Amino acid sequence: MAFASWSDFIAMGGYSFYVWLAYGVSLFSVLLLVISTVAKRKKIFKHVEQRLLREQRIKAAENREGTL
Amino acid sequence: MFNAFLQIVRKELLGAFRQQSDILNPIWFFVIVVTLFPLGIGTDPALLARIAPGIIWVAALLAALLSFERLFKDDFIDGSLEQMMLAPQPLTWLVSAKVFAHWLLTGLPILLVSPLLAVFLSLQENTFWALFLTLLIGTPILSLLGSIGVALTIGLRKGGVLLSLIMLPLSIPILIFSTMAIDAATFGQSYIGLLALLGAMLVAAMTLAPFAIAASLRVSVS
Amino acid sequence: MWKWLHPYAKAEKSYTLSGKLMPWFLAVALPTFIVGMIWGLAFAPADYQQGDSFRIIYIHVPAAMMAMGAYSTMAIAAFIGLVWQIRLAEMTVAATAPIGAVYTFIALFTGAAWGKPMWGAWWVWDARLTSELILLFVYLGIIALYNAFSDKVLAGRAASILTLVGVINLPIIHFSVVWWNTLHQGATITKFDQPSMATDMLIPLLIMIVSFAAFLGFMVLYRFRNEILQRESHRPWVIALVQQSSSSVNKRG
Repeated sequence: MAFASWSDFIAMGGYSFYVWLAYGVSLFSVLLLVISTVAKRKKIFKHVEQRLLREQRIKAAENREGTL
Repeated sequence: MFNAFLQIVRKELLGAFRQQSDILNPIWFFVIVVTLFPLGIGTDPALLARIAPGIIWVAALLAALLSFERLFKDDFIDGSLEQMMLAPQPLTWLVSAKVFAHWLLTGLPILLVSPLLAVFLSLQENTFWALFLTLLIGTPILSLLGSIGVALTIGLRKGGVLLSLIMLPLSIPILIFSTMAIDAATFGQSYIGLLALLGAMLVAAMTLAPFAIAASLRVSVS
Repeated sequence: MWKWLHPYAKAEKSYTLSGKLMPWFLAVALPTFIVGMIWGLAFAPADYQQGDSFRIIYIHVPAAMMAMGAYSTMAIAAFIGLVWQIRLAEMTVAATAPIGAVYTFIALFTGAAWGKPMWGAWWVWDARLTSELILLFVYLGIIALYNAFSDKVLAGRAASILTLVGVINLPIIHFSVVWWNTLHQGATITKFDQPSMATDMLIPLLIMIVSFAAFLGFMVLYRFRNEILQRESHRPWVIALVQQSSSSVNKRG
C-alpha cells in the first residue's frame, strides 16, 4: 500500500485533479463506446422486429381481403 | 502503352487550356493566402523569413486541395472513367497519366509563382532555392496522395470536405521534411539529405499510389 | 488451414464463433482491469521524481499501445479483405476503427493530463503526443469515409484501402515527427520515457496492457457482430435470431 489513508489516496500526493481527471475521462469515453455499441445492437434487433411485424400485418390484411 | 499515356496528358492539357480558370484559380488562391500572412502578423522581414517556409507549404497544400476536385470529377460524370477501366491499357498506367497531367497543371504553376512569393516574404536566395527544390519534389507527392483521396470520395455527394480530412494528415511528412530542408538552408546547413528523403518518398508514392488510386476508382465506380 | 478457415467466411458461422469467443475476452479484460487499476493506483510505489502523477501511466501507455494494436488489426484485416475479397475482413476494419479512435483519444487526453503537472502546460508538441494526434486524425478520416458511403460493402472496401494507405504512411509520419521534434525542441526530456521501471511498477502496467488488449478484442467482436447483423438483416438466420430473442423477452415480461 503506497498510501497511509483514504484521504491520502484521494489526494494522490497533490496530483489528485490530474490523476482522477485522466482516469475519469478515460472511463467515461470507454463507457460511451460500450453504450453506443450495445445500443446499436438493440437498434438493429428492433428494426428487424418492426419489419417482421409490418410484414405480418400486411399478410394478415391480404388474408382478410381474400375472405371478403 | 506510352502512346496512351501521352494522349491522356494531351487531352487533359487541352481541356484545361479551354477552361483556364480551372488552372488559374488555385494559383490565385495560393498567392492570396500567402499575402494574407504578412497582413495578419506584421511585415518584419526577419519574422517573415522565419515563418515563410511553413506559410508557403501550408498554402501549397491548401491550393492543391482546391485543385483536386477537377481531377476525376468530369471524367466520372461523363462516363469516361468507366471507359478508362475497360481500356486495354492497365488502369494504373492511365491513372498515372491523369496524375501527371494534374501536376503539370497545378504543381508546375506553383513552382513558377514561387519567386514572386520569395520576394513577398523576403527570402534569401539560398533559402529560395531550397524552397524551389522541395516544391519540385514535394508537389508531385501531394498530387499522388490527393488522387487517392479523390478516387475514394468521388462517388460521394459531400466528398470535398472529406477529401481534405483524409488527405491532410497523410501529407504531414512532406510538410515536415520540406520545411526542415528550407530551415536548414536558412541557417546555411546542407539539406541534401532531406531532399533525398523527399525523393525517396516521391519514388515510393509513384510506385504505390497508382495501385491505390486504381483500386479506389474501382470502388467508387460501381 | 484454408479449408478450416473457409466456413468462417460465412457470416452466420463467424457470428456464432465470435459470440462464443466474446465471454472469454471479457473474462480476461474485467478481472485484469480491476486488479491492474487497484494495484496501479493504490499499491505501486510513487515515482521518486514524478510522485503520484505517474499513476496515469497505467492507462496512458496501454491505451497508446492498443491504439497502435487496433490499427495493426485493421491493416491486416484490410489486406486480407482486399486481396482475398473477404467482406467479413472489411467489416472488421469498420468495426475496429471507432475503438482505435477512442483508445487514441484516451492516450492523448491522459498524456495532456500528465503533461500539465510535469511540463506546466496541457499541450506540448512532444513527438509522441503529436504522432498520436495525427493517428487520431487518420482514425477519424477512416470512420468518416466509412460513414459517408450508403452502400456498406463499398464503404468497407474504401475504408480498407484508406487503412492500407495509412499503414504505409504512419511510420513515415512517426519518423518525421520524431525528427522534427528533436530539431525544434532540442533538449527537452520526454517524460513518458521510462528507461527502467521498478518491477512493482511494471507488473500492474503489464496487467493493464493485457486488460486493454482483451477489451479491444471484446469490443471488436461485439461491433463485428453488429456489422454482420446489420448487413444480413434480411437473411433467415437473423430473422430467426430476432424472433427468438423477442419471444424470450415476452416470456419474461
